[in-house]
Amino acid sequence: MRVLAAMSGGVDSAVAAALAAEAGHDVTGVHLALAKNPQTYRSGARGCCTLEDSRDARRAADVIGIPFYVWDMVEEFQEDVVDDFVAEYAAGRTPNPCLRCNEKIKFHAVLERALALGFDAVVTGHHARLGADGLLRRSVDAGKDQSYVLGVLNSHQLAKSMFPLGGYTKEQVRELAAARGLGVAGKPDSHDICFIADGDTQGFLAARLGSSPGDIVDSETGEVVGAHDGAYQYTIGQRKGLSIGRPAPDGKPRYVLSITPVTNTVTVGPRAALEVSTVTGDRALWLAPSPGGAVQVQLRAHGEVHDAQVSVVDDEIIAVLGKPALGIAPGQTMVVYQPDPAGDIVLGSATISAAR
Amino acid sequence: MVYFDHAATTPMLPEVVEAYAAAAATGGNASALHCSGRAARRLVEESRERVAAALGARPGEVVFTGGGTESDNLAVKGIFWARRAADPARTRIVASAVEHKAVLDTVEWLERHEGAKVAWLPVDELCRVHEEDLELALTDDVAVTTIMWANNEVGTVQPVAALAAVSAAAGVPFHTDAVQAIGQLPVDFAASGASALTLSGHKLGGPVGVGALLLGRDVAVTPLLHGGGQERDVRSGTLDVAGISAFALAVELAVQRRTAFAAQLAALRDELVERVQAAVPCALLNGDPGDRLPANAHFSFPGCEGDALLMLLDAQGIECSTGSACNAGVAQPSHVLLAMGADDARARSSLRFTLGHSSARTDIDALVAALPTAVERARRAGKIRR
Ligand SMILES: Cc1ncc(COP(=O)(O)O)c(C=O)c1O
Repeated sequence: MRVLAAMSGGVDSAVAAALAAEAGHDVTGVHLALAKNPQTYRSGARGCCTLEDSRDARRAADVIGIPFYVWDMVEEFQEDVVDDFVAEYAAGRTPNPCLRCNEKIKFHAVLERALALGFDAVVTGHHARLGADGLLRRSVDAGKDQSYVLGVLNSHQLAKSMFPLGGYTKEQVRELAAARGLGVAGKPDSHDICFIADGDTQGFLAARLGSSPGDIVDSETGEVVGAHDGAYQYTIGQRKGLSIGRPAPDGKPRYVLSITPVTNTVTVGPRAALEVSTVTGDRALWLAPSPGGAVQVQLRAHGEVHDAQVSVVDDEIIAVLGKPALGIAPGQTMVVYQPDPAGDIVLGSATISAAR
Repeated sequence: MVYFDHAATTPMLPEVVEAYAAAAATGGNASALHCSGRAARRLVEESRERVAAALGARPGEVVFTGGGTESDNLAVKGIFWARRAADPARTRIVASAVEHKAVLDTVEWLERHEGAKVAWLPVDELCRVHEEDLELALTDDVAVTTIMWANNEVGTVQPVAALAAVSAAAGVPFHTDAVQAIGQLPVDFAASGASALTLSGHKLGGPVGVGALLLGRDVAVTPLLHGGGQERDVRSGTLDVAGISAFALAVELAVQRRTAFAAQLAALRDELVERVQAAVPCALLNGDPGDRLPANAHFSFPGCEGDALLMLLDAQGIECSTGSACNAGVAQPSHVLLAMGADDARARSSLRFTLGHSSARTDIDALVAALPTAVERARRAGKIRR
C-alpha cells in the first residue's frame, strides 16, 4: 500500500513509519507545520511544532530511507484546534485539543488530502491497536495507551489508518528506534498542549479572552461569595485559588461545581455535589452494532475507567455509572469501551453535555 | 531518475571533477612564499585570468568567494557600507522585487539593522523591470542598485545593459546577480556596464561553495570577512585552490559551449513547454515567453498546489522544484509570481522545470506520461479545503 506517515519528530511516529516501511509498504513521511511562528516554540514544551521537531522528523525519514515533506496545516490547525479550544473555554466547557487535532487535522484534513493524492492510508505513532478486525483497542502499554484520543474516529477514518505501535510498550518502541539508528530513540515524550509553549494555559486564555468579571455563587445558599475575572479561569472540581472571602457555613472547603456562561457565574459548593452518576454526551459516534453486557467509560485522558450501563439514543450517549465520578466537565469526551482480554475495544464516544 | 532541477544545482562536469581532484591532491597555500605556495598561487592566478577572459573582465576584477550567496552579500552590503561611509546621505538601496533570497534578505537585513531605505522596483506580468521605474527610483540618496540578470524562478531575462546604463548615469553602482545567466546567455562584464556581478560555481558545472564577484576596480566595498587580506583585502581567508581552479575551468567550458548548449536546451525546452501544455491544457507558462533562460520552463497549474505536484512527480522519479523558497520546509507563495501580479493561489500552484547537460528528450516523455495523473490528484487534494 502507499501510506503516508505523519511524523511529529518524536520517537513514536518515527518507529511507526519505520515499521510500516519494513512491512513492505511504500511510505512517505510528512511533518505537519501547525504553528504560525514555529521559532517561538523552540523552547518550552517539546510539542509537535518546533523547528527542531521538524528537523528530527526529516532526519528520521532520511535514516528510514523514505521521502519526506512538510505540509502546511497552519490555518486548519488554528481554526479547528486553537480557535476551537478558546471558544470552548469561553462557552464554559473543557476541551481536549489533542483529540480535536486527531479528529479534524490528522484523520481528516491530512487523511483526506492523502487519499486525494493517491495514498491508501495514514500511519501514525499512536499507542493503540487496530487489527484486521477493524476494531480499535487499547495499547498493550496501559500507561501509554492513546485509544482515548482516537475514540472520536469514525469507521471510515479507522479503515484508512494504521497504528503499528499498539502491540509494543513505550520501552520497546525506544529499543526499536535505537536498533534502527534513529536519533530520536531517547528523545523525551512531549507533554502539555503543543501550542501553549510555556504550559501556561490560563495566561494563554487570558490573552485571548480578556477580563470578564463575574460572580462566584454558593450552590446551597445562592449567595454571592466572591468575584472572578473570567469564568474560563476555573475548571470543574477546582478547589484552590477561589479566593472566597467568607468560609462556608459548614467550614468545609468549596469546589467549583459548574460554570454558567450566560450569567458569567462560577458556582461553588461542597465536594459531595461534585459527584455525578449519570453522564450524557452528544455528537455521539457509535462503532459497535449495539452496546452489550458490561461496558466501561473513560471520561478524560488518562482518567479513571468506570463501569457503566450505556444507552445510545440518536445523537446521544447516556451512561449510568456504577460508582460516582468526580468533577466531570462539559466539553470533555466520553469514550465507551468493551472490556476484552485481547485489549479493551472502543465502542464509541460522545462529547459530554451534562453530568448529574 | 529524471532530473529537471538544474537551476538548483547541476552536476559537475567530468573534466571539472578531474581538475578538482588534481588540484586537491597537490595542496599548497597560495599566500605562502615557498615553492608549493607559489605553485598554488599560480593555479589561483591562472584561474582568475581564465574567469576574467571568459566573462569580459580584467583579472584584477575577479574576487573569489564561497558562492553566489556570499557574492550577493558582499556586493550589496559591501557597496552600501562603502558608499554610505563616503557620503552619509546615501542610505537607499534600489532593488527589484524579484531578486533571489540571497539579495532580497540581504537588502531587508540592511533595512532592519542598518537603517537602509529601500526602493523596490516593480516588474510587469512577464517579470521584466522597466527602465523608467529605475529612473524614477534613482533619487540622490541611492547607494547601490541591484537587479538580477535573469530570474531563477520564471527565467525572465532583464535588460541589464540598459538598466546598468540608467544607474551609471545617476552615478550609482549597479550590481547584478548573474548566477543563472552564465552558460546560458552571453555575459560580458565590461560591456554590461555593471559595477559588480555575482556568479556561482555549482550552477554551471563547477563545485558547490565557490563562486566569484566581478568587481570593477574603482568600486569600493567594505569587506564582510576580515583577516589575512586575501583577494584585494576584500575577502580574507585562505584560498580554496582546488575549488577555484575547478570553478575557473567550469566557467571557461560553460562560456565556450554556450552557443550550442543554449540552442540545444532552448529546443528541448520548447518541446517540453509544448508537450506539457498538450498533456495538461490548463498549464500556464510563467515569465517572458521570448526573453527567457533557454533552460527554464515554469508553469502554474490552476487548482493545484505546487508542493503536492512536486511530491507526486517525485514519487514517479521526476525531480523538479516549485522554484520558490520555503520557510522551515513549508512552501511559500512565490514572491516572484506575486510581484508579477499573480494571486496567492496561482503563486502557490507553480512548478519549475530546468534543463542541463544531462537532459534528454526521454526526460520529457517521462514527464508528460506522469503529469496528467499528478495534476488530477493534486487538483482533487486542492479542493478539500483552503
Ligand atoms: C539567482 C541566484 N542567486 C544566488 C544563488 C545562491 O548561490 P549559492 O548557492 O552559490 O550560494 C542562487 C542559487 O540558488 C541563485 O539562483
